[in-house]
Amino acid sequence: MTAGFIFAQFLTGLSSASSLFLVASGLSLIFGVTRIVNFAHGSFYMLGAYLAYHLIEWLPTGILPFWGSVICAALIVGVVGVIVEVVILRRIYHAPELFQLVATFGIVLVMQDAIFALFGGEDKFGSRAPGLNGVVRIFDEPIPQYDLALIALGPVVLISVWLLLNKTRWGTLVRAATQDRDMVAALGVNQAWLFTSVFFLGSALAGLGGAVQVPRESINLLMDLSIIAEAFVVVVIGGMGSIVGAFLAAVLIGELNAFGILIMPQITIVLAFLVMAVVLIVRPWGLLGKPDAIQHAGDQIDMPLREASLPGKLVGLLVIAALVAVPYVLDDFGIVLATDIIIFALFAASLHFLMGNSGMVSFGHAAYFALGAYASALVFRHLGGSMELALLIGPIAAVVGALVFGWFCVRLSGVYLAMLTLAAAQIIWSITYSWGDVTGGDDGMLGIWPSEWARSKPVFYYLTLVLCGGGVLILRKITHAPFGYVLRGGRDSSVRTESIGIHLLRHRHFGFAVAGLFAGIAGSIYVFSKGSIFPDEAAIPRSIDGLVMVLLGGVHTLAGPLVGAGVFRLLEDWISRLDFWRAILGTIIIVLVVVAPQGIAGFFHTLAIRFGLAKGRESL
Amino acid sequence: MKFTQTVAAVALATAAGIASMAANAADVIKVGEINSYSRLPAFLDPYRKGWELAVEEVNANGGIKGKQLEIIARDDGGKPGDAVKIAEELVNRDEVTMIAGTFLSNIGLAVTDFAKQNKTFFLAAEPLSDAIVWSSGNRYTFRLRPSTTMQAAMLAKEAEKTGAKKWATVAPNYAYGKDAVAAFKSELLKLVPDAEFIEEQWPTVFKIDAGSTVRALEASKPEAIFNVTFGGDLAKFVREGNLRGLFEGRTVVSLLSGEPEYLEPLKDEAPEGWIVTGYPQGAIDDPAHQKFFAAYEAKWNEAPKLGSIVGYNVIASIATLLEKAPAYDAETLVDTMENLSVSSPSGDFIYRKQDHQSTMGTWVGKTTVVDGKGEMVDWFYADGNDFQPTDDEVLKLRPDQ
Repeated sequence: MTAGFIFAQFLTGLSSASSLFLVASGLSLIFGVTRIVNFAHGSFYMLGAYLAYHLIEWLPTGILPFWGSVICAALIVGVVGVIVEVVILRRIYHAPELFQLVATFGIVLVMQDAIFALFGGEDKFGSRAPGLNGVVRIFDEPIPQYDLALIALGPVVLISVWLLLNKTRWGTLVRAATQDRDMVAALGVNQAWLFTSVFFLGSALAGLGGAVQVPRESINLLMDLSIIAEAFVVVVIGGMGSIVGAFLAAVLIGELNAFGILIMPQITIVLAFLVMAVVLIVRPWGLLGKPDAIQHAGDQIDMPLREASLPGKLVGLLVIAALVAVPYVLDDFGIVLATDIIIFALFAASLHFLMGNSGMVSFGHAAYFALGAYASALVFRHLGGSMELALLIGPIAAVVGALVFGWFCVRLSGVYLAMLTLAAAQIIWSITYSWGDVTGGDDGMLGIWPSEWARSKPVFYYLTLVLCGGGVLILRKITHAPFGYVLRGGRDSSVRTESIGIHLLRHRHFGFAVAGLFAGIAGSIYVFSKGSIFPDEAAIPRSIDGLVMVLLGGVHTLAGPLVGAGVFRLLEDWISRLDFWRAILGTIIIVLVVVAPQGIAGFFHTLAIRFGLAKGRESL
Repeated sequence: MKFTQTVAAVALATAAGIASMAANAADVIKVGEINSYSRLPAFLDPYRKGWELAVEEVNANGGIKGKQLEIIARDDGGKPGDAVKIAEELVNRDEVTMIAGTFLSNIGLAVTDFAKQNKTFFLAAEPLSDAIVWSSGNRYTFRLRPSTTMQAAMLAKEAEKTGAKKWATVAPNYAYGKDAVAAFKSELLKLVPDAEFIEEQWPTVFKIDAGSTVRALEASKPEAIFNVTFGGDLAKFVREGNLRGLFEGRTVVSLLSGEPEYLEPLKDEAPEGWIVTGYPQGAIDDPAHQKFFAAYEAKWNEAPKLGSIVGYNVIASIATLLEKAPAYDAETLVDTMENLSVSSPSGDFIYRKQDHQSTMGTWVGKTTVVDGKGEMVDWFYADGNDFQPTDDEVLKLRPDQ
């Protein structure tokens, strides 16, 4: 490896870093001010790329039309961002932060189908940038001119945004809002317009990031999700809200990828997440991030949980009776679907226990689902094909995993905690994906079917009902036990909880493990219901499914996750046979979030209170 | 209290919802089709257009034994678990005669295993993984498209003729890429025992860092390159490679890159002189193919892609099978399918009894740029029958038989 070669590789890393920075800076800006974890940022990036591609194709070739198209695309995306902000997000700034996440996930689904409908499904490959289509020889190594332009673009944007933030009145207000938005509002600043303008800038930066990719990337419908995870990583490593931090982090990730590929090509799949995990453990607020100086009120403090009243218990018994009757009422597929829903009800309930009850938001809960599933599959495969043993070991593996990752995670809070759980899930995912000899890699593990006695669908349904339905009931018991109250106390006020002598960290760690245990049980049963397991079960979409289920149902109601799981799985099953079903699902999610920010179960509960039919918080 | 009742109401509604979706039988033959339509529209749109054309033709010609053929196509969203759930629904609720489809190998494998467990006839259309007919192969699963190993063997035979000895490989870092590289290595080493593989690159699928990958390949100074990247990764790899002169004076052998799905988006940057498997669309003058080509163009206003012909052949296979089968239970269908000969626009092929792989072949040729777009030249049709393992090998590869 010559010095020239290393330098060329360094430049390649820098040009990737520039692209990444453009996207991440917008994300960081939006998060810093609005506190919205914007999943749709990747969609803005994708939209920018598609728009720029079509503008460039449509206009005559030339340097001016090319850059004109790029800037136009960025501006249009900025306007789309404003529309999204005004129509949807502005209505939910006061909803719990996670609701905004789910709303932006709905936007992702809608945008995917909208872009597909507008621009078609086939891959597009833009022409090279006019005037920059050759190579420059540096130390005798050929470097594409366009890469050099990108390397320059990163710092230019960094400096412009920095000047905008530090030398203008608007920038001062934005920085003030980043520190304490309530105070800014109290001083009479029109927050609504401030947020909208930040959203414009952030979206336009994402659009610009996408538009400048046209000459180097293929434009396709998978762009949004492939960039968003990496952009999150960059933002978190740099420190949420810090533009300079985002730049440093982008350079770090870009260079690590460029050199990682030379030393250990296989590791690039997870390298960024490993780095993020290390940074978060060492510097919990990222490289240049600062701890939140102001404690935000965040979620409204909840009313205390009460044990269900007698009629509530009766209704509960009725529901259980209905569940027991399922195999007598429904056909075979009905039983399969009901099995599916019960499994995901436990998965969602375990996530709810972590999020709703303990205030620890996890973006990577699929990790423990998958750990349970894979451990079961491996036991089944290597220890004589015993389903019973597999169902026992699977959850144990999930608990061990949750104890290990939890030890790091519970030390953080809020979005940083969420991102560390995401990193943990990505590590599990990449192990299942890359370690082909053991896990079968992408081809997964097959032939993991239930023991003979449990093979009929009704019997397997009852097995699921006992294990998963029982799991849900035990989780409820734990929530009502002193341990559950301690976790709730820690969620509402960690200072007060600790001041009465409770070792909160230890309780949170244990709570994390409990959530992992029940997710693991759900995962173990899941393998046997499908007969196979693939790395997808540990991937980000599975974790998001869990979040959507919990939030659809309602974060603050114990029945929420169960309702959410049922509604979500049924919705998916019904509408997936329609064209553009993702747009429909996305729209339903957005409407639900806007109309019923307390979730379906919470919505009915609020209605009941309004009509005087219920008082205070009860739990089912 | 009210709240708890609403929850109960939701639960009951849920149960009612599950129960309400009963199927009503008519005088049709129903076939279930599962694919990742929303996840991979670039490949599955042409596929869908292909089978829709074929179904239309079958039904216009009076259907099968007087019954109309009905395809119930479902989207699995790219998730294997959902594909299995849909398979359950198709079998238990829609009461389909058989299942067909799938594109991604992992989904193909999940449904393969489902077919075995439930004794349901399954025709895997697109997935390339060898495991579908070999290590995970079973009595109830057949596969249409030529497998990774078959296509790698076709390319190895051409690679031998170039005389190149020092090879570098670049493939996406997942099962398909690994299988393809392993298959190409073993096939080439059979033909050229002194060939060396001096460098391998494994970019993450759909996330290639093309500049770095090209640099790493260049640094190893190979005589020839075997490429497995496809789609967007291929486009970026080709562009960076062209820019940095990676392909100058080197032989490049590339899997699937001649398929219009991958070649067309490259436009005038399509590589020159790569040895590829693919589909030279308009240039095939076989009458059966020309008839298909014209009908497809008339219906959809565009030229067919490789997926179109796979989609068409799926229905051709199913129609032939159903026409010949005396009964439509899974066992009879499997028995009829073994050694079944099917006529198709791409030529006749059979479904091998030994491993349930069809002998549908593919086209092998070189890429070039004509009028600003990539095309295949010097191509020939490689018959799948010539690239099969011996029966003894098959026995070893298929533990289940």
